[in-house]
Amino acid sequence: MTETLSQLRRIAQNPTLSFKQKEHALAVEAENMLPYVLLDAETRAALDARIICDMYEGNAPYKPRYVLPDYEVVLKNGSAHLELPKPETLDEAINTLQIAYHHVPSVTGMPVFIGHLDALLLPFCDGVSDNELYRKIKLFWRYIDRVLPDAFLHADIGPTDNRVARAILKADAELKQVAPNLTFLYDPEVSGDAILRLCTDNIIACSKPHIANHPVHREVFDEPGYAIVSCYNALPLRGGAASLARVNLKKVAEASSGEADFLDVQLPRYVNLNARLMRARVDYLFRQSGFFDGNFLVEEGWIDKDRFTAMFGIFAMAEAVNHLQDLAGRPGRYGHDAAANELGHRISARLAELVGREPMEHVWRGVAMLHAQAGLSSDAGTTPGVRIPYGSEPDPVSHVQALLPHHKHYLSGVSEILTLDETVRSNPEAVFQLAKGALQLGFREFTANVTGNDLVRVTGFMIRLSDVKLYNAAKGSRVNTTALGAEAAETVHILDRKPRVVGLELMAGSGV
Amino acid sequence: MSDGVAAVSKFLTWSVVDGPGNRFVLFLQGCNYRCVTCHNPHTIGVCSDCGACVAVCPSGALTKDGRKVVHDPGPCISCDSCLSACPTRANPMVRRMTVGDVLDLLRRNAPFLNGLTVSGGEATLHLDFLIDLFTAIKAAPDLAHLTLFIDSNGNLPAEGWQRVLPVTDGVMLDIKAFDPERHRRLTGADNDLSLASAKLLADAGKLYELRFLLIPGETDHPEEIAALSDLVHELGPDTRLRLNAFQHHGVRGPAATWAPMPRAGVEAAAGVLKASGLAEVVLPSVWLP
Repeated sequence: MTETLSQLRRIAQNPTLSFKQKEHALAVEAENMLPYVLLDAETRAALDARIICDMYEGNAPYKPRYVLPDYEVVLKNGSAHLELPKPETLDEAINTLQIAYHHVPSVTGMPVFIGHLDALLLPFCDGVSDNELYRKIKLFWRYIDRVLPDAFLHADIGPTDNRVARAILKADAELKQVAPNLTFLYDPEVSGDAILRLCTDNIIACSKPHIANHPVHREVFDEPGYAIVSCYNALPLRGGAASLARVNLKKVAEASSGEADFLDVQLPRYVNLNARLMRARVDYLFRQSGFFDGNFLVEEGWIDKDRFTAMFGIFAMAEAVNHLQDLAGRPGRYGHDAAANELGHRISARLAELVGREPMEHVWRGVAMLHAQAGLSSDAGTTPGVRIPYGSEPDPVSHVQALLPHHKHYLSGVSEILTLDETVRSNPEAVFQLAKGALQLGFREFTANVTGNDLVRVTGFMIRLSDVKLYNAAKGSRVNTTALGAEAAETVHILDRKPRVVGLELMAGSGV
Repeated sequence: MSDGVAAVSKFLTWSVVDGPGNRFVLFLQGCNYRCVTCHNPHTIGVCSDCGACVAVCPSGALTKDGRKVVHDPGPCISCDSCLSACPTRANPMVRRMTVGDVLDLLRRNAPFLNGLTVSGGEATLHLDFLIDLFTAIKAAPDLAHLTLFIDSNGNLPAEGWQRVLPVTDGVMLDIKAFDPERHRRLTGADNDLSLASAKLLADAGKLYELRFLLIPGETDHPEEIAALSDLVHELGPDTRLRLNAFQHHGVRGPAATWAPMPRAGVEAAAGVLKASGLAEVVLPSVWLP
């Protein structure tokens, strides 16, 4: 109890947290004073050893981790509960959305999804000039960043090339804000090269948007489809994810005597334990928390209780593969050696197979969705998801080629961050071709940072480097995720992600 | 020298500084210049199998098989000790590749590529290989979208260009200096062929970019800049001109103690060139600290 009290005091007296940030942190601590959801002893032991991990979601899950409302419902019908009439104009539509966002829970306390904005707003744009539209979007963007300053908050646009998407891309490149995060859903049959090129030019300007492979995602989900939210999670629209728990593949490898023991004994064991942890948490949310009972989001049809999946996360693939390589006496490293990469691909295939064999009650389609998890700021000595370790990535083309075979297995998302050196600024055609090539070959999502941008992606969310410097100087930050970003920068050396030096034309040696 | 095989010093599947878009770059071994400021001096020479590198190789990757020096990429740790030890500025890690080998590599990476750039050393020393390779690419439907570029010092007579240009989309040409004496001192060769190549390529519409390396106290002299301006005007003032700044990276020998070219000096030269009416003067996209 003393420990808990002093933690509460540390939060209350922290000079770098705002009132709002303190309130959220105190609520998290209060939840964790409750007993943990009921677990069997074996699952509890694996959780305590952090071989499986609950993402510190809290002891008593009383809200789904990610909520993806169908905002079309409130734009078409208004809301009886919120006493909102159906909007008729663009101003009314944006105002309605701004109100709606405040009633959407998530693990962060702020919404992680704010809508397929172009599809939602286009019907209100008749008679609105391009310039007027752009000015309204800019104000809307300013509102989001200042009132809901969380980089997990995510807007989707595309797959069509349309006026609203273009206005958003223009405003986003100009404002270079942390929030909202942005994904363009790219479909080669529909989008066209022009808007893809705008997207890759925006990446050079502000490391956004992230580009999702729409046909690949679409075939996973039924109507009304999906959205990309938070750290590049692909989830059912009008639902979301009840929970996310993950397996530390590095620790599973360390518990194994070799490759066969890993694939045939230890991995099945820990996949099963992680599934038990997920079932216990999902069960609490659906049967004890009362979240879905009398909830106007359910009653008005913004969300559907049957459309919440459970995300089965994994991380530290690189460390797991390298450890298994060491056990086998093979020198090849993950990301660089064909045999090591191939072992990684087999692990992903095995994971997909094992996760598919773990039925889950209350969960959309009765089974969890595999996810390459982008990391927590407290992770040390592990690499997010299936990524190649920071600072040792090969050139972007070899990088994509090495990771491509993983992508088909991670139905609820796999995020790579390709780091591009600054010379691409004078050659944007190269970024366009890289994105197009990656998507054409089946990459689920394309994400890139250009070094030298103040705005960069950390694990999966965006931070400003200048904010990190300010935060480290103990001046505090207006934006929620900066604290996480600063922690990640120090703990996992996230800012070490190195671009490959290609501007020097030719490095000595033949190693390719 | 072809018979369909070339000595390849290195290749890259991602380069954004060797022409438009992302380019596959093939660096061929051997050069007909001996530039004191070369930043890839290990691409200049051709291996004589003397074995000096074998003695310094710490990983056992280099061995002697009879008279030949043999490199095994398996144990190689890319320490580059062999490059420093080589008396002829060659590279024992060079691999011999056929046109077919290069086509395979291009096919594997084609969705990511806008084109291929062959560099060196001096690419045009391997003229028959270039012609065979480019002809094969143009004839392959799955690779025909790639633009084919040569990065050259221009030390090739007109007859040579006439043979390779029909299958070439663009050339990036380096002019090292205008004063003949300075050019000889910096490169060990005359510049008359190089200057003639610039005109020939511009007339043929194949000069993608003219490049000029600024070296303090040498090529940043006002008379060099004026001659550069005159040449570009003669080629057509819309010619794309790229100014590079001399740096120490990779440089061996006396030039390693020369001052690097400061950013202010490059910008001053660019100012003079633009004021003289040149349309496109491109500066380095990254300034090394």
